[in-house]
Amino acid sequence: MKYTLNVNGADRQVDVDDDTPLLWVLRDELQLTGTKYGCGIAMCGACTVHLDGQPTRSCSTPVASLTPGQKVTTIEAVDGRVAEAVQAAWVAHDVPQCGYCQSGQVMSAVALLRDTPKPSDDDIDAAMSGNLCRCATYVRIRAAIKSAAAKLEA
Amino acid sequence: MTIKQANLSRRAALKGAAGLVIALTLPLGGGKLLAQSAATGKPLAVNAYVRIGSDDIVTVIVKHLEMGQGPLTGLSTLVAEELDADWSKIRTEHAPVDATLYAGIPGIQMTGGSNAIATSYDLMRRAGATARAMLVQAAALAWKVKPEDITVSQGVLRHAASQREGRFGQFAEAASKLAVPQQVTLKDPANFQLIGKDHRTPRVDALAKSTGKAKFTLDINAPGMLTVVVAHPDRFGAKLASFDASAALKVNGVVAVKPIPSGVAVYAKGMWAAIKGRKALKITWDESGAETRGTEQMIADYRALAATPGVVAGASGDAAAAFAAGGKVIEAEYVFPYLAHAPMEPLDGYLQWDGTRALARYGCQAQTFDQGALAMTLGLAPANVEIETLIAGGSFGRRAQGNSHFALELAEAAKAIGPNTPIKLVWTREDDIRGGYYRPLFLHRMRGVVRDGQIAGWTNTLVGQSFMRGTALEPYVVVNGVDMIAVEGANNLPYDLPAFRCEAHFPSSPVSTLWWRSVGHTHAAYSRETFIDRLLIETGKDPVAGRLELMGKHPRLANVLKAVAELANWSGSEPAKGRARGVAVAESFGSYVAEIAEVSLGTNGEPKVHKVWCAVDCGVAVNPDVIRAQVEGGIGFALGHALYGEVPLEKGAPTISNFDGYRSLRIEEMPAVELVIIKSDVAPTGIGEPPVPPLAPAVANALAQLGKARPTRLPFVRMS
Repeated sequence: MKYTLNVNGADRQVDVDDDTPLLWVLRDELQLTGTKYGCGIAMCGACTVHLDGQPTRSCSTPVASLTPGQKVTTIEAVDGRVAEAVQAAWVAHDVPQCGYCQSGQVMSAVALLRDTPKPSDDDIDAAMSGNLCRCATYVRIRAAIKSAAAKLEA
Repeated sequence: MTIKQANLSRRAALKGAAGLVIALTLPLGGGKLLAQSAATGKPLAVNAYVRIGSDDIVTVIVKHLEMGQGPLTGLSTLVAEELDADWSKIRTEHAPVDATLYAGIPGIQMTGGSNAIATSYDLMRRAGATARAMLVQAAALAWKVKPEDITVSQGVLRHAASQREGRFGQFAEAASKLAVPQQVTLKDPANFQLIGKDHRTPRVDALAKSTGKAKFTLDINAPGMLTVVVAHPDRFGAKLASFDASAALKVNGVVAVKPIPSGVAVYAKGMWAAIKGRKALKITWDESGAETRGTEQMIADYRALAATPGVVAGASGDAAAAFAAGGKVIEAEYVFPYLAHAPMEPLDGYLQWDGTRALARYGCQAQTFDQGALAMTLGLAPANVEIETLIAGGSFGRRAQGNSHFALELAEAAKAIGPNTPIKLVWTREDDIRGGYYRPLFLHRMRGVVRDGQIAGWTNTLVGQSFMRGTALEPYVVVNGVDMIAVEGANNLPYDLPAFRCEAHFPSSPVSTLWWRSVGHTHAAYSRETFIDRLLIETGKDPVAGRLELMGKHPRLANVLKAVAELANWSGSEPAKGRARGVAVAESFGSYVAEIAEVSLGTNGEPKVHKVWCAVDCGVAVNPDVIRAQVEGGIGFALGHALYGEVPLEKGAPTISNFDGYRSLRIEEMPAVELVIIKSDVAPTGIGEPPVPPLAPAVANALAQLGKARPTRLPFVRMS
């Protein structure tokens, strides 16, 4: 089946089975490998992308479920002052260890701060709970989100 | 932020920088390269541990796998310190396979046992100091001044009297033509600019990993490459009997299906087709040699074994006499489940070969073994098998295999499809959770006797599989029938008791097992530290003061216990406001750690760990912030598994498949962490594993103060 997807601001044509998860379309068809596979069942968040700005698990989003014109944004193209603040905070706090989950963590954190500029600890828990980090970098993820929020407010 | 991950492959770096790269050959181990250079007459382009380009870039060749624990940053810090390099000019790459240069344990190139910093402290500092001496010499010759009048700072050489200065890159080529100094003087630690300093050596990989640019094995897309998944049996020990691939081959994108020794390999254009193809296979397994028991039966079998004499793993004093003399006998049985490592990036590997040479690219953790396994399977000489080690998305022990099972499967899959078809073999999360190589199921039977207010005797009989027997590492770790890493932390105590005895049984099972972050200490520290707490309370002693009384022969461990008690303002383990504190200590891999956990019972009945205080003595703290990160992460990793981790088996097969069944710690369950690093001038030891062992017993000891018995069967969420 042929699909036209709006990915990172450009229309991209792919020819894949209807049930193909967006994750594998991004990774195997479009070579956008920043989005990671971690579980395939929306339990770990490594595959998080933005669909019209909303954090979404691409591993459990069949390509056929996307509506025409829906905008897919991946880690390769997430931008703007919130994304810059989050990624700068991630580096300043040396958040990553193995780093494999961090694309998904960053995408969830950017979505959180766009929606909730001054998140409480509970807000952070709610927004980030779906993103597993087996290295358990959670202390720094929390700290980096708070620093990014503070920087954006300033 | 100016530091960028060098994403160039080693091959690309060599190609792109051929005329610019200089040779700084080191006296240690460099002889072989020199000899090769002389024989071929070619300029020696690569030094074993550090390379400096005319563009000022200092490339550090790192012999340990970066899987999150920080060796790219840590080993670079050692080089940069002695070289007086500009940290922003540091790039890193993983070493090629060569155990004569890059051994982690004698003769074997591998990362494990928290050995990266421990085996590199002297080596990499000498590498940096040698390079510095040669640059200084080159500048001295050019400026016609004395080398001792030249100073170096942040990648710049200066001669103050003549007001001349130059960058490393200006002298790199000239330096490469000089004789390698046979002796170099290392810095007095008092003059360190980077080692032990906070915020001067940020992680070299943080930016790439925060922007999705870091390249993992899973991200490889080579022309003509096929993605491979393998169908493995459900039951451990089952083998392929027959299969029908007709439906699988009809799946759009599936190219081929081949039997291999470990199962049935599906080759496809992309991951989704491979997954769908595998689902469409009809397979009959030969289960005649398979494990048939479930976890509960195995535990019952282990319990029966523990009641019989085992092989003696450690003894002091006369334990039988100590128990015969009377007193209060306390007994406990601890059961530890099979645990999966579940690194975020599941096992994966890329291989291309043309029938005479092979290139494998993946997060290789045991290069010497894997190279041998790949070569043997493909019928090649090891010298014709290149491994390009890539950063790995976690490991926790999973990627270091004494039997190279993953490399073997990679080579078998490549061999079955034939030469000149590059493949990327990927294990799905289901393969990972169900695929074995678990932290073994263990049972510890403990007995202690308290007499006249003192602990008079202690015995421990432990039962669990040895994953060293039958592997290339057996000669290193199995001594007189005792697998020393299965009993580590159990066969000698940090507590000076009048009588002690440890016996062990190593039953076999087709269920495959492997080291798991902190190895034997994962179960030994728990049984030891919860049992000592119980005995101390029986003697009426405080858990901290009581331990310290018995730790006279273990001053570094005693010191971290004192330090953590001070950090947490320890005033006993009595609960207050619904929260209680517990303490535990453990020495592992040459490092010393004490932790205090503050715990309450959540409204859902599950333990809630609010805060963990930690004191660490790992010798010289090379990168304090990496140590802090490993302590935070190690505590989270240990806590998640203590609370929730278990791979249960029924009839020889796992009952869970993914993170829905293998519950993993999430951000809202992560405690605050406060750390004190003991100042030390002892050579550094590891930090990847040592923060793990004390956590679970510290939490259990706190729970005991909240009216819950110390859990004797892990994970804790089993407790009612």
